Amino acid sequence: MSVPRTWRNRRALYSLEGSKCQKCGKYYFPGRTRCLDCNTSGLENHNFSGTGKVATYSWVYTPPKGFNNRIPYCLAIVELDEGPKLTTQLVAVEEGDVEIGMPVEFSFRKISSEGDEGVITYGFKFRPKNYPNHLKKK
Amino acid sequence: MTKKDKTGIIGYGVYIPRFRIKVEEIARIWGQPGEAVKKGLGVLEKSIPDMDEDTITISVEASRNAIKMANTNPDDIEAVYVGSESHPYAVKPTATIVAEANRITPVTTAADLEFACKAGTAGIQMCLGMVKSNQIKVGLAIGADCSQGRPSDALEYTASAGACALLIGNENVIATIDHTESYTTDTPDFWRREGATYPSHGGRFTGEPAYFRHVISAAKSIMKHTNTSPDDFDYVVFHEPNSKFPLATAKMLGFPKEKVEPSLTVKYIGNTYSASSMIGLAAVLDIIKPDDRILMVSYGSGSGSDAFIFTITDEIEKHRGLVPTVQNYLDHKQYLDYAFYTKHRGKIKIH
Ligand SMILES: [Zn+2]
Repeated sequence: MSVPRTWRNRRALYSLEGSKCQKCGKYYFPGRTRCLDCNTSGLENHNFSGTGKVATYSWVYTPPKGFNNRIPYCLAIVELDEGPKLTTQLVAVEEGDVEIGMPVEFSFRKISSEGDEGVITYGFKFRPKNYPNHLKKK
Repeated sequence: MTKKDKTGIIGYGVYIPRFRIKVEEIARIWGQPGEAVKKGLGVLEKSIPDMDEDTITISVEASRNAIKMANTNPDDIEAVYVGSESHPYAVKPTATIVAEANRITPVTTAADLEFACKAGTAGIQMCLGMVKSNQIKVGLAIGADCSQGRPSDALEYTASAGACALLIGNENVIATIDHTESYTTDTPDFWRREGATYPSHGGRFTGEPAYFRHVISAAKSIMKHTNTSPDDFDYVVFHEPNSKFPLATAKMLGFPKEKVEPSLTVKYIGNTYSASSMIGLAAVLDIIKPDDRILMVSYGSGSGSDAFIFTITDEIEKHRGLVPTVQNYLDHKQYLDYAFYTKHRGKIKIH
């Protein structure tokens, strides 16, 4: 992502800022200004709670350039508790740990860094819910 | 006592990456006697960040915990100081990213602090001054490091990663800061020049004239000025470059080892540099009772020590169980061998 684009998206990346329709109650991530369901405009910003569950996932062995040192990593579609789905990397998991429906939560990580001299992009990834106590029996 | 006199910690949070390497594994690579090294340092293993973690990400994680514990409105936080010797950028503050990620921006002051391992406690003092003088409502002071030791150097056994964030305010205080003072001299025991990957140190010079002189002088001075003695404190916390130094310091000052041991997380995570004494403090806060008192003394090479006296309030009970404890982070771990450790720490260059 370019520096200006990352900068414009920083609140979405850093703290899951999206939007909510005040009229019909639908949530959007990423945020938008007009509701797709009821056409209301001027939607308010909404900070997502940061919890959700795994809708689907895949372990990546042939990543795009720049991610070779992470093989394998888990790419997932996460459904937030408020409804919207987003594509994200799952962290603090090993192969075999992840399953559909698994509860997950926001985690703050490095997304990419452009070599040793470029800008570092930070933002959300997801990890098992109740980390680091997720493996403890209730 | 007026409200203004009740300034102190209103929330705290830590974050420790989940990877560990055993001291014996590092010793194995360099042909050193693992058991002897482990015993000599009083360190069993150290924490290692994930490949997408750095001082900024662990600072954000620790501060999210602190804010959740205090249940503070981020808008009330008007100062963010991040103390570290491993800020990811040479130019571009860590503190602005931490502030933005916690939705503290834009009405706040923010700065990165550097003073080897005591930059985090310097941030506590700055927040304390600003809250006490009514410049700000709440201040966020973070000590965080993903420190690096030169391969085969003595520091490689302990240089680790962790973060601790303290919120300083004067409403719903869980631990009052009753007094603070510092002891500072020009002592070249440890340094890293601009552009150098690994720090250098003065070998044996790091002990007597550096760590012990500053920590003990600061501790003695604060006790003298507050008319207190080791008997007045239930716990004592020092900077933890290893277990040996804080245990020896406690003994020299006349504290029984039972008062220092609860803070010694260094055994399980190594030396987290700027976070070290602050994570030690957090480990004590996790188990302490109201009315108990803590003496904490940090140490930063170069050199200086910041000393603090805390008294716990009843309020602390209301904030327990909201965020993971230090012990929770110590318990969740995964071991790496030396090869994976070098990969994690970017010691293998892929171009
Ligand atoms: Zn709508």
